[in-house]
Amino acid sequence: MSDLKLPIYLDYSSTTPADQRVAEKMAGCLTKDGLFGNPASRSHSFGWSAEKAVENARGQVAELVGADPKEIIWTSGATEADNLAIKGAAHFYQRKGKHIITVKTEHKAVLDTTRQLEREGFEVTYLGVKENGLVDLQELQDAMRDDTIVVSVMHVNNEIGVIQDIEAIGNLCRERGIVFHVDAAQSTGKVALDLSSLPVDLMSFSAHKTYGPKGIGALFVRRKPRVRIEAQMHGGGHERGMRSGTLAPHQIVGMGEAFALAGAEMGSELERIRMLRDRLWTGLDGMEEVYLNGDQEQRVAHNLNVSFNFVEGESLIMALRDIAVSSGSACTSASLEPSYVLRALGRNDELAHSSIRFSIGRYTTVEEVDHTVKIVRAAVAKLRELSPLWEMYQDGVDLSTVEWAAH
Amino acid sequence: MAYSDKVLDHYENPRNVGSFDKNDDTVGTGMVGAPACGDVMKLQIKVNDDGIIEDAKFKTYGCGSAIASSSLLTEWVRGKTLEEASQIKNTQIAEELALPPVKIHCSVLAEDAIKAAVSNYQERHGEAAEAEKQSA
Repeated sequence: MSDLKLPIYLDYSSTTPADQRVAEKMAGCLTKDGLFGNPASRSHSFGWSAEKAVENARGQVAELVGADPKEIIWTSGATEADNLAIKGAAHFYQRKGKHIITVKTEHKAVLDTTRQLEREGFEVTYLGVKENGLVDLQELQDAMRDDTIVVSVMHVNNEIGVIQDIEAIGNLCRERGIVFHVDAAQSTGKVALDLSSLPVDLMSFSAHKTYGPKGIGALFVRRKPRVRIEAQMHGGGHERGMRSGTLAPHQIVGMGEAFALAGAEMGSELERIRMLRDRLWTGLDGMEEVYLNGDQEQRVAHNLNVSFNFVEGESLIMALRDIAVSSGSACTSASLEPSYVLRALGRNDELAHSSIRFSIGRYTTVEEVDHTVKIVRAAVAKLRELSPLWEMYQDGVDLSTVEWAAH
Repeated sequence: MAYSDKVLDHYENPRNVGSFDKNDDTVGTGMVGAPACGDVMKLQIKVNDDGIIEDAKFKTYGCGSAIASSSLLTEWVRGKTLEEASQIKNTQIAEELALPPVKIHCSVLAEDAIKAAVSNYQERHGEAAEAEKQSA
């Protein structure tokens, strides 16, 4: 334990550090002696070499997800890719219909985008999920209408790590000729993706969840069968008119390298991470009234979203100062809203307020996991000693029968 | 979020954590808040024959500021009369703990808790007094 450095980073679903190998590649694209040229400059070698680096990276991204490089459009990140995909397809196909379907547990980059489209006159159906966080395919099918033009469902959920069956959902969309968008920001390097066979039309990617830099992402836009989107950013016609703006070779090269590394190392990395995740869960599950959120099987290897009943999430985070994790409770906002994702699973308020997301990554060690288990167990025990709810539970009071004075 | 030193101190070393027997005649219990809102405070006071709060205990489910607000409150109410205790204002708690605006509701809840504990004690004693009169 001598080399244990605090605080311990267990928030890899939020962002990852750039891999050293990625950072080195990026550094070669900035200064006078590097590839600083504008990839759009056609008249000299500075532009040509920058363009070559960008196209090489496009190939690396495409290879990881089984796409054609021509189907990859650079964006500033997954949020922009989600905006471009959903607004772009909605605007392009609006003469066909104005109905969109998405899911209540989507990332805000999707939900806030569809809200905006509602303000523009589109109609949006927000599907609920089953208790395990997965979409009910029958419910999705029932929601599809003749005027449905876009379905947007995320692949891996950012909070609870469950994996939606995008193949089955995509097939339903194909049958009815509906454009299918998938937010895959949390998927790359975590789950194998093969767009050459998956029935997905548009897919969003992020670099910084996969050991690449922040500020860069990509949108996959299928060519066969061709999907059309209306540009959201104009000026110069870059990226075949779909996303204008001078390309950022250092960011792009970083994303390419990160995705290439993910492809090369995913197999062994996932095995190691799953072992660490299981070790963490075994350590925590020994306590009373601890719940794993999201499907037990259909989930990514690195995520563990756990509710510690009768303990409030923010106070738990405070006790876990030596561990960097996320809380499902947004108590810092004035609204005191517990996680909308956990609420959508039907978790009660106490459990939604008491959730912690642990996400493990490339640099997590066994020592860090063991130390985390020790700290969490001590913190939960301390806070339960302080908790009137825990006391009532121990006295056999059914909390759901208590009349609370909501404030 | 950055917490003030005082909030951290009360959170790390909460004062007077625990419970009294709520059926004890000398005890008043206030339970306020709701799990749905992310905080529940239970404050209990023990009152002597002279109407002075001689001891107080709390248990709180909530964020660090909620725990600190109730911990501080148990220190403040000791030695006060019921009337003095029920005059404690949330603004005094918020000021003492340097609570940021988003955490003011924690001090409001603490004020509600002491008021609830005092009125619980008074109700029970009012009723007890009534009962005594009737049996006499």
